Amino acid sequence: MSRKILMCGNEACADGAILAGCKFYAGYPITPQNELIAHMAKRMSEINGIFIQAESELAAINMVFGAAAAGERAMTSSSSPGVSLKQEGISYIAGAELPCVIVNMQRGGPGLGNIAPSQSDYFQSVKGGGHGDYKVIVLAPSSAQELLDYTFLAFDLADKYRNPVLILGDGLLGQMMEPVTINKESYKPHMTEKPWALTGCKGRKPNIVRSFFLGESALEEHNKRLQEKYKTIKNSETRAQDFNLKDSEIILVAYGSVARTAKAATEQARAKGIKAGLIRPISLWPFPSKMISDAAGRGKKFLVVEMSSGQMVEDVMLAVNGKSEVDFYGRYGGGIPTEEEMMARIEALV
Amino acid sequence: MRDVDMHYCGGCGHSIVHRLICEVIDEFNIRERVIGIAPVGCAVIAYDYWDFDVSEAAHGRTPAVATAIKRVRPDNIVFTYQGDGDLAAIGTAEIIHAANRGENITVIFVNNGVYGMTGGQMAPTTLAGQKTSTTPGGRSLRNDGYPLKILEMLAVLPGVRYLERVSVHSAQETFRAKRAISKAFRTQIENKGFSMVEVLSMCPTYWGISPVQAAERIKNDVSLFYPIGVVKAY
Repeated sequence: MSRKILMCGNEACADGAILAGCKFYAGYPITPQNELIAHMAKRMSEINGIFIQAESELAAINMVFGAAAAGERAMTSSSSPGVSLKQEGISYIAGAELPCVIVNMQRGGPGLGNIAPSQSDYFQSVKGGGHGDYKVIVLAPSSAQELLDYTFLAFDLADKYRNPVLILGDGLLGQMMEPVTINKESYKPHMTEKPWALTGCKGRKPNIVRSFFLGESALEEHNKRLQEKYKTIKNSETRAQDFNLKDSEIILVAYGSVARTAKAATEQARAKGIKAGLIRPISLWPFPSKMISDAAGRGKKFLVVEMSSGQMVEDVMLAVNGKSEVDFYGRYGGGIPTEEEMMARIEALV
Repeated sequence: MRDVDMHYCGGCGHSIVHRLICEVIDEFNIRERVIGIAPVGCAVIAYDYWDFDVSEAAHGRTPAVATAIKRVRPDNIVFTYQGDGDLAAIGTAEIIHAANRGENITVIFVNNGVYGMTGGQMAPTTLAGQKTSTTPGGRSLRNDGYPLKILEMLAVLPGVRYLERVSVHSAQETFRAKRAISKAFRTQIENKGFSMVEVLSMCPTYWGISPVQAAERIKNDVSLFYPIGVVKAY
């Protein structure tokens, strides 16, 4: 049975996790994601799951480490300053190859910044964040519906690759109320066997969950294996959407909530006779470099729009590799790029 | 316990504490139910010696990891093994809150008053006046504060059920230490709540004395500040 419910993005995200069979949540309050932790507290008590309000973000992410090590589907959520605190744990989780889901409803930074929406944690999310050579799968939903759907997907991806998956939203997406359609029959989580999990060593050799490899070349071997895994993820899990790309002379690139405004701007441009289109990365790592590279060439101009001073634009430039001009428009520290501002930039590029 | 050589220095207490834990586990016949959490510090590769499921944890986050494992698997027996840097410095918040939530886990806290793995720096439990590589003139109370008595701090928390301080500096004290570790595991097995044993342990290498002198130092010096005995029982 399909139901349409009006809910905010934070609640939709929590419901996506519950549909995915998440049974463990640990978190710490921070604006603008407080509806998420509150909704998790309510839902976990309904499904007999485990909810812990941790003493810190450090404790929360390490509780997720423990729950994942014990074989449970586990999640934590926070916003930018809190996610910075979690980076140590995320590095350990990536090193120990534990599956889990982390949510970041981004707010303004650096430091305590403000509580307005922002996309200034892109580098932290896709380039590592914590120490060491590791990658986190990063998904960037652009609506409440997608927050539910991609959080649901995140748990399957995490289990499939034994890797942390980050849902990168922003305060706008988290707070905005939108209708969400939930058809319970269509959400069937793919539960996998976890023979590596800590369950007590009855009838088998002891399992060790570790990210520490002291022996000669042991860590190099481990890291090589991780890199092979990342290559597989890159080949199989790159996600992006495009709109009116074929005949476009001006190609906007934007993700998350900004992608919705950018799409509207391209439609406005089309109405004025400007051939504009949009590439919207859904997975920020792996990044849809090929789609961007294929679209680049003579007579094409790119306009990257972000709620940051210019972070994703670096990945776009790498993909474009000099084949096209790449322009950037960003608002940051609480500013949100408007359709009119994007339109003005598009017209200046023509 | 695996039949392998250990990496610990001569006269170090870790190997004794490892053995006591394994003996207790065998006496309760719970090896296949146990999940241990190894710390960051000298005992980081304890899983090379223990013959049951083990997880690592980031430095000091050990009780947070144990909390989640026990909540997910309440039928397993979950214990953390932590040194004084791990538990009483970088992980102070985690141990206090795990204890305060009354998590049904067991904590084995090895207090030797120095950071061993990194080369003998001051620990939160280092005694006043004690020389370490970061207190070359001896621990100054004015500059470094007072040695932390963790058990006495935790004793006031209602969620905490069993606390005992023991030592492994002599055969007699080692026997008492085993009894305390057994009591702590029993506390968990009987679902009574949070239990912790602090073990005063020798680090001759970074105390700069012989193993025999190190054992005497616990008897004549360390245990005067950190009194051996039950701090809280049910």
